[in-house]
Amino acid sequence: MSDELMSYDAALELFDPVLGLEVHVELNTASKMFCGCSTAFGGAPNSQTCPVCLGLPGSLPVVNAKAIESAIRIGLALNCEIAGWCRFARKNYFYPDMTKDFQTSQYDEPIAFEGGVDVEVDGETYQIPIERAHMEEDAGKLLHVGGSTGRIQGADYSLVDYNRAGVPLIEIVTKPVRGTGAKAPQVAKAYVALLRDLMRALDVSDVRMEQGSLRCDANVSLMPKGSSELGLRTETKNVNSLRSIEAALTYEIRRQATILASGGRVHQETRHWHEDGSYTSPGRSKEQAEDYRYFPEPDLVPVAPSAGWVEELRATLPEPPAARQARLQGEWGFTDLEMRDVVNGGGLDLIDATVAAGCAAQPARKWWTTELTRRANEAGLELDELAITPVQVAALQALVDAGTLNDKLARQVIDGVLAGEGEPAEVVEARGLAVVSDDGALAAAVERAIEANPDVADRIREGKVQAAGALIGAVMKEMRGQADAGRVRELILAKLAQV
Amino acid sequence: MAITPAEVGRLAELARISMTPDELAQLAPQLEVILESVARVTEVAAGDVPPTSHALPLTNVFRADEVTGSLPVADVLAAAPAAEDDRFRVPRILGEQA
Amino acid sequence: MNPLLMLTASELSQMLRAGEVSAREITAAHLDRIAAVDGDIHSFLAVDSERALATAEALDDRRAAGEELDELAGIPIAVKDLFCYTGLPTTAGSRILEGWRPPYNATLTERVLDAGLVVLGKTNLDEFAMGSSTESSGYGPTRNPWDRTRIPGGSGGGSAAALAAFEAPLALGTDTGGSIRQPASVTGTVGVKPTYGATSRYGVIAMASSLDTPGPCARTVLDAALLHRVIAGWDPRDSTSINAAVPDVVGAARRADVKGLRIGVVKEFGGEGYQPGVEQRFREALSVLEGLGAEIVEVSCPHFDYALATYYLIMPAEVSSNLARFDAMRYGLRVGDDGERSAEEVMSLTRGAGFGAEVKRRIILGTYALSSGYYDAYYGSAQKVRTLIVRDFEAAFEQVDVLVSPSTPTTAFGLGERIDDPLAMYKADLCTIPSNMAGNAAGSFPCGLSPDDGLPVGFQVMAPALADDRVYLVGAALEAELGRRWGGLLIDQLASREVSA
Ligand SMILES: [Mg+2]
Ligand SMILES: [Zn+2]
Repeated sequence: MSDELMSYDAALELFDPVLGLEVHVELNTASKMFCGCSTAFGGAPNSQTCPVCLGLPGSLPVVNAKAIESAIRIGLALNCEIAGWCRFARKNYFYPDMTKDFQTSQYDEPIAFEGGVDVEVDGETYQIPIERAHMEEDAGKLLHVGGSTGRIQGADYSLVDYNRAGVPLIEIVTKPVRGTGAKAPQVAKAYVALLRDLMRALDVSDVRMEQGSLRCDANVSLMPKGSSELGLRTETKNVNSLRSIEAALTYEIRRQATILASGGRVHQETRHWHEDGSYTSPGRSKEQAEDYRYFPEPDLVPVAPSAGWVEELRATLPEPPAARQARLQGEWGFTDLEMRDVVNGGGLDLIDATVAAGCAAQPARKWWTTELTRRANEAGLELDELAITPVQVAALQALVDAGTLNDKLARQVIDGVLAGEGEPAEVVEARGLAVVSDDGALAAAVERAIEANPDVADRIREGKVQAAGALIGAVMKEMRGQADAGRVRELILAKLAQV
Repeated sequence: MAITPAEVGRLAELARISMTPDELAQLAPQLEVILESVARVTEVAAGDVPPTSHALPLTNVFRADEVTGSLPVADVLAAAPAAEDDRFRVPRILGEQA
Repeated sequence: MNPLLMLTASELSQMLRAGEVSAREITAAHLDRIAAVDGDIHSFLAVDSERALATAEALDDRRAAGEELDELAGIPIAVKDLFCYTGLPTTAGSRILEGWRPPYNATLTERVLDAGLVVLGKTNLDEFAMGSSTESSGYGPTRNPWDRTRIPGGSGGGSAAALAAFEAPLALGTDTGGSIRQPASVTGTVGVKPTYGATSRYGVIAMASSLDTPGPCARTVLDAALLHRVIAGWDPRDSTSINAAVPDVVGAARRADVKGLRIGVVKEFGGEGYQPGVEQRFREALSVLEGLGAEIVEVSCPHFDYALATYYLIMPAEVSSNLARFDAMRYGLRVGDDGERSAEEVMSLTRGAGFGAEVKRRIILGTYALSSGYYDAYYGSAQKVRTLIVRDFEAAFEQVDVLVSPSTPTTAFGLGERIDDPLAMYKADLCTIPSNMAGNAAGSFPCGLSPDDGLPVGFQVMAPALADDRVYLVGAALEAELGRRWGGLLIDQLASREVSA
């Protein structure tokens, strides 16, 4: 599909992209935005619904205080102003996933507005101006039945589960982001990654993109180089992984450039990202603009956070992610490259906790970014979903430091911990994995290895110390790995009088 | 301020109410009369008057973030015109979400 | 007529507590009455005989066991079919909700049940409470017991007619633009719209959220106050509910003393469009109050003239949004689902078939008022004028304790008379709408029969927000003095006509 498109480099020679990002964050409140139903993910269909979130005649909403708190904290973390007085508004449109056929949202009075954050890409800083962050509610989930694709097009009918209806959302909208040049897709990705980290640090959302608790709509338009007039934009909906944000925007920039370069016109429309084929396809045209008939929600009263309350909430804000990263990198002495791997791999918090549990920074980094990352990838899990805790990793490293375990044994201990066999020390005990430190047993094994490999022994005697590796391997093999390779080396060299 | 049946038709579409041509033709002049009469509000609505959306000036009415329980699924679906697999069954949807 | 039917709730309560009558007897008498007259009056959309009798018997047992019960325990009540009640279908008078059984109770339904009142059934209303005549009900009109060719008012015509026909001593109503007071006025009964937020809207099917106010309907001021006491008070499930003590409305109804009270007559409510007989009875009631020691002054509220126009922008706007949920997806009527038609088409067909003309008119009007390009001129302006009306009230209440006016410009008009003339129909709420705009308390009390047609005239009392007791104070004083002159309640005249016939 992308074969017919202009190359990305060619596109960027002709045009400057302008980004606009709308990110929906599902809050991790226990109950919904306007009722006492649980927000837990994955419940039986329609088991988390009540008269309010079903929009039954007569039912009325009451605002969740925690959602307001989270909204204000998010606003503050995005360096926004917090409204002294604002209202909810009804956004009126008919759709089967919305029980009231209007969404309770905010319109011209968002709770947070006029902020901004910086993101870094390849060592360069880009400013992302934030227009607003407002509160609203999620809709129910549609399941399309019949037809070939399971998609809405061609379906015979649809089934609706309203468990997500009424879950609190914060919608964060940027102003047009200019001046990113060819880096636009990466800047967008870095911005969403930053939001994800920020929401996690604030503990306001689970930010699981695959469960839809963080969703991104990516707008992009192109300006001819040298022009400052905004082009017509497209909005690519529900781009639900960091990778696809970059890929979808790259695709859209190439697609739009191809149209514009051939004298065509970009349609202002929503588009859908197809993860499988890596392309976007047209959705609803925005040229017949929807008329949402917004008006202030008469069933709710205004929200007027006092300055005192806002300051109290400001005091609860965690260290901004960028500042924290810089601080930790300094404390840990990681190189830029090491730090980037840690952050991109989602290991920052885990390493921080491991270090806090008494482990040195480098081994903590090594475990999380190599061995444990590999296991997470194999299991299809996020790093923090692995069944091993930072405290356990610190305990494991303590055993290595004490000489009880070598690297190979430590990996077997990880197997045991992940298999639920208990703490590292318990796994060592139960599996009998400790390094053999009995010199008698080791000396005997060394003896045998020398006898079995006289040539090698001779070379060592002649001073070719590096040849000891073959004998160490033989001894380790006999000890089934349960020996400290360093000690074995010492014994071999002593025996062959090379010390 | 003439309201044509076609305009009423557009509003009816927006409000998702199917109406016969007769209904539209009857409603148009009625709307016109009503709108002419209510347009009086603009006579006195000066720019500096603040709007009132609620009769009484309450603010900050919140509930604690507590799970208070949901309806049994059987009750949820009891009035559904159609249901399947504990979900509401609805006719196929043509348009996309806003 | 069974003599129990003519007693007030307060009198029945005394007899119940004295053991002179059982709740079962009272309930049975009312159910018999409904069976006898409701075929003609059509106050009720659903009657709950078995459960009502069982509830009454259970209450008799509890009372016999010495349990302390609410003053109104064992008294029958009729509930406007806008209140969710799990025991019966709740239709809002609309075909789109035919047979719908809510899985939950309205807060007020709950309070009435908790107090031990016996729900007789659900009463008729204009569809979704939109109307002033109960003719827009999807289930046929209710007739006025005073003259069965006339309307009983609306939207709470069913509740008011049930009281006037002695089918129930108490009823629940809702008042968005006058739907409690105007029916009370044209049926010779008492109806009070409490302060907005004093009574919970939770579980009351919404017409216009910023205006809807549930309230008590009765044949006497004290009965209304007793019911008011049961239903009023803060409800955490309604964000617009007021978290404050309920004023002592029962005390006010018993005190019935207006000596020294400053009463303001709203200058704008009279003259052209007002029936002479209505104005005459209103003036006579004023002199009655003056005779009781009240001070009568004339007050001008210039923006009340704009109240009707303001109402017919704000109300339909909220209606258009509140009624969107009736979309055939989750409950209620579904039309045209043939497996081929889309959800969009089924929604439109259902709403086209399920809503009546007045509901459609208001939804379309509200859609227009909110649509882009018109919002500022219509809805925006209306909200500003709402402020001006609030300010008129504030200025007036600096001079006087209460404001008064006729409840409605005319007596009950004929069935069918205004059905094709929406503007004429809307004028029935001319005097009641300002209090919905400002959210203050107001009530309608019988002040006699109009000399030109012999039909009841209502006297409206408006008090500041949260001063609901003043409404009862004035209503009770008027009721007591007129009662002395008439030798009873106005409604008793209707009862005696039936006895003599
Ligand atoms: Mg939104
Ligand atoms: Zn719920």
